[in-house]
Amino acid sequence: MKIKAVAGTLIGALLAFNSVSYAKQYHEMTFKAGHESLQEWLLPDTPPYPKNNKPTKERVELGKVLFFDPRIGGDGNMSCATCHNPLLGWSDALPTAKGFKSQVLGRATPVVTNTAYNSIQMWDGRKKSLEDQAVGPMEASVEMQTNFTELLNLINHTDAYKDAFEAAYPGEGISKDTIAKAIASFERTIISNNSPFDRWVKGDKKALTQQEVEGFKLFVNPDKGNCAVCHSAPNFTDDGFHNIGLPTWGDKNPDMGRYTERPLRLMKGAFKTPTLRDITLSAPYFHDGSSTTLEEVMDHYAAGGKVKTNLSPNMKQLNLTDKEKAAIVAFMKKLTTPPKKFELPLLPM
Amino acid sequence: MKCIKLNAWKRKSKLTLQVLILSAFSTVAYSETFKVLQKDKAFDKETLQVKVGDTVHFENADPFFHNVFSLSDAKFFDLGSFPKGESRPVIFDKAGTVEVECAIHPNMKMVIEVK
Ligand code: HEC
Ligand code: HEC
Ligand SMILES: [Cu+2]
Repeated sequence: MKIKAVAGTLIGALLAFNSVSYAKQYHEMTFKAGHESLQEWLLPDTPPYPKNNKPTKERVELGKVLFFDPRIGGDGNMSCATCHNPLLGWSDALPTAKGFKSQVLGRATPVVTNTAYNSIQMWDGRKKSLEDQAVGPMEASVEMQTNFTELLNLINHTDAYKDAFEAAYPGEGISKDTIAKAIASFERTIISNNSPFDRWVKGDKKALTQQEVEGFKLFVNPDKGNCAVCHSAPNFTDDGFHNIGLPTWGDKNPDMGRYTERPLRLMKGAFKTPTLRDITLSAPYFHDGSSTTLEEVMDHYAAGGKVKTNLSPNMKQLNLTDKEKAAIVAFMKKLTTPPKKFELPLLPM
Repeated sequence: MKCIKLNAWKRKSKLTLQVLILSAFSTVAYSETFKVLQKDKAFDKETLQVKVGDTVHFENADPFFHNVFSLSDAKFFDLGSFPKGESRPVIFDKAGTVEVECAIHPNMKMVIEVK
């Protein structure tokens, strides 16, 4: 009895230790449905949030309304959802975004899905939290060009809006700050965590085919796909910055990426690793929209990148057969959560 | 190596005795070496106290590349990127607070207090 109890606590302690403190390497993983060594790939049920902005029903609902309200844009016809469109995987299906009066912007619209789990926002990491980020696009003249005086005026003259702010943030008022907090609360509900891959990790053997499991193995294996060094558990990102040698890096005046935030040689042309969850919904791919399909993405990596000046040292030419490349692509296609019913709000009038 | 050291001593001997004693005190007699590991995408220490003249070796224990840099006034450096098993030394030659980070993984941060 006693021995059993001690062993129990020991195993418990060991498990706890493993799950928090360190990422499993390839040789420590057993690629069987539900295996203990794979559990770090499951996302926590609820994403983290700042102390002063615990998501409540009222906050999420207000944030949803603001996210979809086109009157926020300077011309009264652009909302967050114009670019982060739920019908297009919370992105816009464009190679790079189109901003105020349709001007073409330099970078692709990233998905909002699972950004709540990331500790740094934007392709160059210039924003830390979702609260920090939310007013950015409104203030940007090339994006929404929001007129805040007019926006606050509109909200203050719309009873339903006023009531919603008071219900969500009693006594905090209507300001850029509470607008940002509400939008961030809504974004924390845009989550993909129930893909066939997740179900397989939880133990459903039938959720992935043999080829897809093989694809996952190759994805992690450092001598094969080597993808998980950057697209790491559980959100398929390391919250890190890498130059992966995209074609546009060879342009005359290329986008310097993270370098503008951290002026270190290594960061020239480096961009944030995006999540791969729901990846089938957000083509074209990369910050410059240079790949239209996952097959093209795979070819880019197999060649070890295209423009190799200042390439990340974690990039290399890959030793993969066509069959193996197809397996990795098949695996990525199983990272998408089946669509759920999503109700659009009626906007306060 | 020896020659260079001798030359340095010769040059130093031209300075006043006081300065000579001071420099011997800080660079020869008491300078220490520390090791900081980069493991599981974190520095193994959040803070470290060193003295002026001490050396810190940053060693990568992860199976992928890390960087180490600081933009602090007390020590400005960028060690580039290096793989598992390799380490790079930094001598802290000025008192102050040095914020050390990995440029690749911005969650990796530590502070070195140089006294
Ligand atoms: C004109 C299109 C457009 C509009 C409108 C827009 N965004 Fe974005 N969004 C982008 C682009 C492009 C980026 C990436 C910019 C960069 O990294 O430089 C981005 C980045 C983001 C990110 C960071 C995601 C990540 O993975 O780093 C979040 C979150 C976000 N937007 C939320 C919003 C919210 C909230 C609104 C409304 C207030 C909004 N966006 C309006 C195009 C748009
Ligand atoms: C050195 C780190 C690194 C490695 C290794 C890596 N990736 Fe990436 N991945 C990134 C970064 C950074 C981006 C965004 C780059 C950009 O747009 O500038 C990215 C983008 C992507 C995208 C496009 C995502 C989107 O939303 O546009 C896919 C798909 C992808 N990677 C799959 C893979 C696969 C499959 C592998 C392995 C064969 C792999 N990656 C290996 C860092 C890496
Ligand atoms: Cu690092």
